[in-house]
Amino acid sequence: MVKEKKIKVLLAQFSLETHSRGIITVASILRDSGMEVIYIGNSTPEQIIAASIQEDVDVVGISTLCGGELVLGRDLLQVAKENGVKDKLVFLMGGIFPPEDIPKLKEMGFKGIFSPGASQEEISSFIKDAVV
Amino acid sequence: MNLLERLLQGDQRAAAQLITLAENNDQEVRKTIRELYKHGGKAHIVGITGSSGTGKSTLICKLAQAYRKLNRSVGIIAIDPTSPFSGGALLGDRVRMQELSGDKGVFVRSMGTRGALGGLAVATNEAINILDAFKKDVIMVETIGTGQDEIEIVKFAHTLIIVTMPGSGDEIQSIKAGIFEVGDIFVVNKADHHQAYHTLAELEAMLDLAPEQKGWEKCVIQTTAIANEGIDELLQKIEEHRQYLIKSGQMQKKRAQRSKAELIEIITQRVREIVNEATGETGEHRNLVEKMSERGEIDPHTAADIILKHLLNISNQ
Repeated sequence: MVKEKKIKVLLAQFSLETHSRGIITVASILRDSGMEVIYIGNSTPEQIIAASIQEDVDVVGISTLCGGELVLGRDLLQVAKENGVKDKLVFLMGGIFPPEDIPKLKEMGFKGIFSPGASQEEISSFIKDAVV
Repeated sequence: MNLLERLLQGDQRAAAQLITLAENNDQEVRKTIRELYKHGGKAHIVGITGSSGTGKSTLICKLAQAYRKLNRSVGIIAIDPTSPFSGGALLGDRVRMQELSGDKGVFVRSMGTRGALGGLAVATNEAINILDAFKKDVIMVETIGTGQDEIEIVKFAHTLIIVTMPGSGDEIQSIKAGIFEVGDIFVVNKADHHQAYHTLAELEAMLDLAPEQKGWEKCVIQTTAIANEGIDELLQKIEEHRQYLIKSGQMQKKRAQRSKAELIEIITQRVREIVNEATGETGEHRNLVEKMSERGEIDPHTAADIILKHLLNISNQ
């Protein structure tokens, strides 16, 4: 019986973000490395988690540069917890934010943080290792 | 509670997980699908097809909202192509349906085709069964952006909507064979386009030329989905078609047609698996393909006979 499991990644940005070039590029990278990418664009934490549940994704990736990543990141993980899926998903954050926020994001529950300069290989292999 | 029990209780996660198991061709889901079957059979399956960029996803979003106003629950399966090279996919239909988020009465699932041809995903039919057992009143299936030939959806949908838009070809395009022969309702979306009238006229002329149909009269509806125009009219037509199918007995025929298509699909998949195993590296007939490809040793038909005997042997064990 042939099993065919694909890694599913949901990519989104918080509501007020306007620059999507980064996330679109990552979407292409992940597609080219064999993953199924569900791109939902600008979304609230509730929308992101609702979509993650219906699409049964493995990974949730957020792209941000507006400065709200600590607050909205926390909201996102809170909604995930309320819906019983916080431990079932791998949360990633990419974009531009102060370096001192990185340990805070990790502590919150973002397993992977990607700043400018992260390579295609780095991002896709991190995901492949994280989803096992 | 197992997955099936949770599904029947209305648990969205269970529905989502079952669809994933179906996509992954997981053994466990086969047992569950057998059980699921008796809980379904009530949903109205509406297929939506048409070229890329005609506005199918936006249209579905608006239709779903209109259905919700009538208190009907909706399931949506949105299909996008899987890359034959990387095996990956960018599933970007859902992004057009963000307005539906937060409404527990709507379940949206994106699927990559994963190698299936004809416009649908490998596990589309099983996903329909799952959403049917999940008690969705209407299940809308959006095919990939199709050209003229991807009509797998015909076998599985009760009502088929073909979406077009102005400016994408002249009257010769519209009379070519394929999807235009099989639609029940035609939609000219983006009807605010200055050529919309022209497209509408061509479609109506094409339908006039078609052989006389008994029973359902194919029709053309204009919509501007993004502005929510024409949606109520379209929904009314879909409902009319559903009523027609029930009254005329055609619904039973469609269900039978779908069951048969399901049967063939399942058998084809199983045979394919057996053949791949038999001709694989550790298979009983691992040298068969090699013998075939070195011309003269074995022809494809003889090879097929060998495999069919193999199949019979397995089934006798």
